Amino acid sequence: MLIAKPADIASSEITSRSGYEWYMNRRKFLRGAISGAAVAGAAALGAERLAELVSPSIAAHAETKLETVKSPLTTTGETLTSFEDITHYNNFYEFGVQKGDPAQNAGGLPTRPWTVRVDGKVKAPKTFDIDALLKLRPLEDRVYRHRCVEAWSMVIPWVGYSLSEFIKQCDPLPSAKYVQFLSYYNGKVEKWASESTINWPYSEGLRMDEAMHPLTLLTFGLYGEVLPNQDGAPVRIVIPWKYGFKSAKSIVTVRFLDKQPATTWNDMASNEYGFYSNVNPDVDHPRWSQKTERRIGLPFYAQRKATLMFNGYGDQVASLYNGMNLKRYY
Amino acid sequence: MKRSILILLKTLTWVACLWPFALLIYGAVNNNLGPDPTAKITFATGSTTLNLLTITLAITPVRRLSPRLNWLIKFRRLLGLFAFFYATLHLLTYVALYAGFDINTMLADVEKRRFITVGVIAWLLLLPLAATSTNWAIRTLGGKRWGWLHKLVYVAAVCGIIHYWWQVKPGVLSPMSNTLILAVLLAARPAWDLWQKWVKGKKPVTQAAGG
Repeated sequence: MLIAKPADIASSEITSRSGYEWYMNRRKFLRGAISGAAVAGAAALGAERLAELVSPSIAAHAETKLETVKSPLTTTGETLTSFEDITHYNNFYEFGVQKGDPAQNAGGLPTRPWTVRVDGKVKAPKTFDIDALLKLRPLEDRVYRHRCVEAWSMVIPWVGYSLSEFIKQCDPLPSAKYVQFLSYYNGKVEKWASESTINWPYSEGLRMDEAMHPLTLLTFGLYGEVLPNQDGAPVRIVIPWKYGFKSAKSIVTVRFLDKQPATTWNDMASNEYGFYSNVNPDVDHPRWSQKTERRIGLPFYAQRKATLMFNGYGDQVASLYNGMNLKRYY
Repeated sequence: MKRSILILLKTLTWVACLWPFALLIYGAVNNNLGPDPTAKITFATGSTTLNLLTITLAITPVRRLSPRLNWLIKFRRLLGLFAFFYATLHLLTYVALYAGFDINTMLADVEKRRFITVGVIAWLLLLPLAATSTNWAIRTLGGKRWGWLHKLVYVAAVCGIIHYWWQVKPGVLSPMSNTLILAVLLAARPAWDLWQKWVKGKKPVTQAAGG
C-alpha cells in the first residue's frame, strides 16, 4: 500500500541535483536544436501550426507539464538519462525497427481521444477515459532503472501511480490470475509495422501478484511532462525489474485471465524471450550474455556496467519468485 | 583512361572509403556518437564492411557490361582492402567494448553464440585475401591459384550476411536489402556465363561455375 502524501512543496518547485541536470540537459538540447536546425525548425513549426489549425488536438499532448508529487518508491543514487536520449532511442517497432524511427514516425499516434477497456475475469467490463485515469490518483515522480533485453539500460524519471490502484477499480474476480495488456495498433497510422513480421497488436502480461506489486507503474509521463508519443503515450506500464519489452506502451486493453496470456516476443522466439523476463545476469540470452549492460548516454569507453539481479530491485521483488527456477522460467 | 583521371578517381575513392572512419573518430572524440556509442560503432563498422564487400562484388558484373568499363578492375583491390579494414575495426570493437579484452569471454562467445562464430569465420576468410593482395603475391601464386583463393570472398560475404541475420531480433527484416543485392550480384556471374554460352551458339552443357 502506498504511504505517499501530497508534499507541502510540489516536487516541481525543488531543483534537485537531478532536476538541475535535467534542466541543463534540456538547455543543451534546446541550444543544439535551435542552432543546428533553425530553418528546419521554422519549417516544422509552420507545419505543426498548420496541422493544429486543420485538426486541433483536444487535450494534453507531449510537453504538457503534469502536477506530480514525490514518491518513496523512487530509485536514488543513479544519474538520470537525458530527455534527448530517452526520447530518441526507442524500440517501438510499429513505427520502424531502427532506434531513431519512433521519434521520427510516431507523430501520428492519436493520443486523444483515448480509452482503456477492461474486460475478462472482472465483475463487469468497463471503459476508462484517459483523462479519468490521469485524475484517479496523485501522479508520482518515480525514477526507475530501465534494462532492455538487448543489454542497454537507462535511468528514467517516470510519472504515474501504482498499477494496483487501477486494478482495484477494475474489480477483478478471484479467478483472475494474470493480466494481459494490449497496445494500440492501426496499420494506417503505424505504416512501418511491416518492417518486422510481428503479429500485431503488441501483447504483454503479468502474473496478478506482479501486477499488484507497488513498483509496477501505470505510467503517464516522464521528466514531469506528458509522455512523448515514441515513449508509449498516452499511457503505458513500467515494470522496472523486468526486461524493457515487458513494459508495454500505448495500452488500449487490460484483460484479466485465469491462464498465462500469449505475449508478443515469446511468440516470436520462445527460446529467447520468456514470460517472466526478470533481469538476471546469470541467465544469458541465447545469442548474447546478460552479465553486463551498456548505459545509454555515456562515452563508448565508459558504458559497460555489471547487470544487477532483478535490475537492482531484488529487495522488493525477489520474494515473488521464491522457489522458482529462474533459469527455467526466464 | 588518362593517368591523371585515374589518380583523381583513386584519390576520391580513398576519401570516400575513409569517410565513415573519420566520422567515427570525430564522433568518439566529441562524444557525439548518439545515445549508445558502442552500438553505433559496431553497426557503422559492420555495415560499411558489408557495403564495401558488396561494391567489390559488383565490379566484375558491371565492367562486363562494356569493354570501356574495364578500368573498374583497378579499384577492386583498394575497395577490398578497405572492406577488410572495416571488418577488422568491427572485430576490434567486439574485442574491446564487448569482451573487454578477456580471452575467456571471447572463447565462450565464439563457441556459444552462433552469430559471433560466423562473424569470426567471415573475418578469417578475409584475412588470407588481404595478405595476398599484393602484386608480389599475385605473381608468386600465379593467376590461376590466386583466382581460386580469392573466390573465398563469396563465402565471406555470405557469412557476413548470415552474421547480420543471426544478430537481429527474430522477425526484424533489416538485413533484407543487403541480402537481395548480394543475391543478385552472386547470381550475376553464373548468369553471365550462361548468357555467353548462349550467345556463342552453344547450349550450356554443365552448370556454369561462378567466375
